[in-house]
Amino acid sequence: MSQLKKLSVWIGYLVVMLVLPQFFDSILSISIFNQMAIAIVFALSYNMLLGQGGMLSFGHAVYFGFGGFLAVHTLIMIEFETVYFSILFIPLIGGVFGLLAAIFIGSFSTHKAGTVFAMISLGMGELIAASSLIFVGFFGGEAGISGDRTYGPPFFGIEFLRDVEIYYVAVFWVFIATIFMYLFTQTPAGRMANAVRDNPERAEFIGYSARRVRFISFCAAGLFAGIAGGLFALNYEFITEENLNAATSGRVLLMAYIGGLGYFIGPIVGAVILTLMNSLLSNYSDLWMLYLGIMFLLTVLFLPRGFAGFIMMHQVAWVKGSIKQLALPYLLTGIPAFLLMLSAVALVEMSHVEAGALQFMGFALDPALLTDWMMVGIVGIGSLIAVRKSLPRLRDAWESANTIPNEDGN
Amino acid sequence: MLEVFIFATLNGLVTGLLLFMLASGLTLIFSMMGVLNFAHASFYMLGAYFAYSISLYFGFWMGLIFAPLIVGVLGAVVERYGLRRVHQSGHVAELVFTFGLAFLIEEAVQFFWGPDTKNYQSPDILDFPLFTLFGQEFSAYRGFMIGISLSIFVALYHVLTKSRIGIIIQAAITHPNTVANLGHNVPLIFMGVFGVGTALAGLAGVIAGPVLTTFPGMSIVLGSIVFVIVVIGGLGSLAGAFIASLLIGLLQSYAIASDVGMPELLNLLGVEFERSHPLNDLWTLTLPQIAPILPFLLLVLVLIFRPTGLLGKREE
Amino acid sequence: MKKIRFPIFINSLLLILIASFGINSSAQEPVRIAFMDPLSGAFAAIGTSGLKQLQFAADYFYNSKGGILDGRMIEIVPLDNKQSPTETQIQFRRAVSEELRIIFQGNSSAVANTLNQTINRYNRRNPGQEVLQINYSAVDPILTEENCSFWHFRFDAHAAMKLNVLTDYIAKQESIKSMYIIGQDYSFGQAVSDISISLLAEKRPDIEIVGNEFHPIGQVKDFTPYVTKIVSSGADAVITGNFGADMVSLAKSIIDSGLDIPIYTFYAAYDGITATLGADGKNKIHLIHNETSNPIPTERRKDYMRAYKAANPNRDVTQPRLVNALQMIVQAMEQTQSTDPYDIALALEDMRFMTLSDEEIWMRGDDHQIFQSLHLSVQTDEEIEFDADNSGFGLFSFFHVPAEETIVETSCQMKRPRR
Repeated sequence: MSQLKKLSVWIGYLVVMLVLPQFFDSILSISIFNQMAIAIVFALSYNMLLGQGGMLSFGHAVYFGFGGFLAVHTLIMIEFETVYFSILFIPLIGGVFGLLAAIFIGSFSTHKAGTVFAMISLGMGELIAASSLIFVGFFGGEAGISGDRTYGPPFFGIEFLRDVEIYYVAVFWVFIATIFMYLFTQTPAGRMANAVRDNPERAEFIGYSARRVRFISFCAAGLFAGIAGGLFALNYEFITEENLNAATSGRVLLMAYIGGLGYFIGPIVGAVILTLMNSLLSNYSDLWMLYLGIMFLLTVLFLPRGFAGFIMMHQVAWVKGSIKQLALPYLLTGIPAFLLMLSAVALVEMSHVEAGALQFMGFALDPALLTDWMMVGIVGIGSLIAVRKSLPRLRDAWESANTIPNEDGN
Repeated sequence: MLEVFIFATLNGLVTGLLLFMLASGLTLIFSMMGVLNFAHASFYMLGAYFAYSISLYFGFWMGLIFAPLIVGVLGAVVERYGLRRVHQSGHVAELVFTFGLAFLIEEAVQFFWGPDTKNYQSPDILDFPLFTLFGQEFSAYRGFMIGISLSIFVALYHVLTKSRIGIIIQAAITHPNTVANLGHNVPLIFMGVFGVGTALAGLAGVIAGPVLTTFPGMSIVLGSIVFVIVVIGGLGSLAGAFIASLLIGLLQSYAIASDVGMPELLNLLGVEFERSHPLNDLWTLTLPQIAPILPFLLLVLVLIFRPTGLLGKREE
Repeated sequence: MKKIRFPIFINSLLLILIASFGINSSAQEPVRIAFMDPLSGAFAAIGTSGLKQLQFAADYFYNSKGGILDGRMIEIVPLDNKQSPTETQIQFRRAVSEELRIIFQGNSSAVANTLNQTINRYNRRNPGQEVLQINYSAVDPILTEENCSFWHFRFDAHAAMKLNVLTDYIAKQESIKSMYIIGQDYSFGQAVSDISISLLAEKRPDIEIVGNEFHPIGQVKDFTPYVTKIVSSGADAVITGNFGADMVSLAKSIIDSGLDIPIYTFYAAYDGITATLGADGKNKIHLIHNETSNPIPTERRKDYMRAYKAANPNRDVTQPRLVNALQMIVQAMEQTQSTDPYDIALALEDMRFMTLSDEEIWMRGDDHQIFQSLHLSVQTDEEIEFDADNSGFGLFSFFHVPAEETIVETSCQMKRPRR
């Protein structure tokens, strides 16, 4: 990609983030955007370990949580004027402590990669999460600790009473963090991380200590996870043990994986998708976690490169200009596939309803009525048939769109 | 004091052997495919739930026989249509797949059986105390648990080392291509081993369900511990898993039974701290309090000082 | 034909989408009350149970009879916080976004504390748009003591009050000479421990505390090692504040060990627990709680419970205090002819209300704590008209303490907002 194109992508990124609150300005939307911002930084930091470094960690939330805890403690210190500086620096404080924690834990956990690393990260994660419930003085026990972000010095008159003000602070930090994480991938350290991921023996042969490279990636990842933790502290003004535990570590793994590990933007895509599912889907159905699990499994089976990978698959067609060929086949397969999904969801929801009728996208479906079941069943089977019929067409279109003509002109 | 020690040992044995039943399946699967099956504890949970449902109509013993079979079949299906497909994408993808599977199974269980605790009872026939020591009963059911776990270990050892299929399996672990060249259907063997591994987990669920309560969170409670055991014992070593299971079971049991902690240590050193001291949580820490996290502590220590585990083979 | 089919397809899809955002016309704006508790995940059973009870109460008492405030229906809006403090914050923002200004919450004192702090901060920063917190089940005393707030009302007796009654009963039991306390290692569990010990020391200094055990929440797979200690300590009774899986595991282990001692609990019934403990728990499991379980004192309440059972055959009325809370809030609304939280709060302060059980309960204005009679019940299948979990076993209330005798002092220094 040319320099101009790259620059325009970055500017576009910044502009979109800045302008979003103008279109969606309800408190709920702003809250979702803030969640996305935190998730983006967290997921990107995780990808430094997994996607770029090949290190599968089940305890990454430790650095997020640790940064967050120190950030909240700092907020409390600002409130009681033990220290006094603008809360704009809070994410940096989170980052510093995330880094310190990563340096400590990385010192003994990065000797080996692969399964051993994964298991140490799991063990440390569980250990620290459990300890945080024991050391109530620092971690606040079950209820965690809480602070108040409005006691710092005002920033041009803004006292950060409103979530949307924090959003802009988050945008600033997300942008900075993304730039630095991207730049890291361009540095020798970042490149060597890729090399060590792919072939540690060979990397050692050309003189790099695989262990040291892993350690550097690990610390960098801890730093940015800590920044995400600091953003969390600013947004919610509290933090609990839950934010360091295995569930949170699992969630960031999901985000990075669904988005696509092999691409820099993958975690951003994953963070956005998962935040939306988490916030919006759960309001419509109690079974959202079931759907999340199914979606995750389907992604692993059929889209191993994630959603970003799926988009990137079209690169050849895009460059070739034959992307238009795919539009119709996608629609013909996509719409029935979507309806198939909806009917499956309807069936699941109907069997879960306890009493009365289910409100599904404007229709009332009563599990007691056989006709309702049959209706959904017919839509489902019809969509399945439509999908099967249109699939060959899609395959052919894909083939032709992706064939690069050779000298013969074929 | 003696009674506490005896019962702690017995409790530790019951727990340890149960953990071994789970760990053995996991070790088998790992040795075979190099994949750490995150969903292993979920199959354990499925075993308990299936046994519960079967026991409602046909009694406990039918559940004991059929639930592990059902779970084993499910496991084989998962291997054939899920894991095998993901295998091409690498180890990380496999791990992530089993992780997603674990998540999905937990949700599916809640969907089909509901989120509340299930009333899965041990059979009435075993509802008597095997013996009573110092006023505490040791129920026959627990004796039964020990019996089943030990027989599984013996059977597994026998099959793997003495029978023909066991030798083929051992060979397929280290030299799958050679074994395939000799005409054996290696993918079928893989599927079979996965199925047997998950069936073992299911069996553990069937017998543990009445004792450890059957509820959707039961896989989480046991899941991480099983990993710890397999890693501490040494990835790929069945004997190591056995030793580690007993070690962890007994360690936890003794830790809980003891009443020592930091206060005793400080007393010994003649040091005392105020209640308002910032590290008060540390000075009042007792062993029973941290008993459930001791396995993780052990895991980290073992991984630092002996990454291959107690009896593990060298990492490739 | 293929070319035409497609646009028709698209158009019908669009029509469906449009129809799904259909316009709901209603005569009057409903009064919307939020219910925030875990509705998915590990604790969904308890949250869903509470939601169903609140919804049923709203329909039974008000919606089926024309609504409140001249024909407005009550709409209970569920918010799923998955028992996570973080998710609670997110759902709170959603509530504010949808202008839900009354929030019911009860599960987990930790979550209640988080919600309390969040609401206080929000109310302080947004005068005129305040939100009211109706705490129906979180019994950590701190919420009506150091952390008391004008915008928080508690509709359950807190831990100290319940333990006061429990220890009164225990003090009367001559046969109990030693007590074992075991609980989850967090604020509530520790409160139960501290308060039990100090109250027992006051009332029966001769009772020896032979054990004071804490275990991590939700981490203990098998309680047998703990039970071994209980047995070897020779305890005559056990007190625990455990809930959920921890409670049923502990109870099972104690019973399985052959120990025949009373187990005094806060939460060892319903939601599958009674069914699981069944005959083994008979005459051993005790509960300290408000509102009698069996026998029910009034026909009105029996009718209500039967109606609930008919509508929800697999559920029980486990938390009658939800009904009390709803009824008191509605009374406040009718009194002030307003749904504004500030007005409701003022009306609730010092309100005396006659419940379904023909008992007068009182919401103290000093700390926003409810006072009502407390009862000790035992698990049994004798004289049970309303059982739990359709198991034939239920709670029989045998020890009663009237509201006046449950009143305790408070250290609350409430800051009241001025309007």
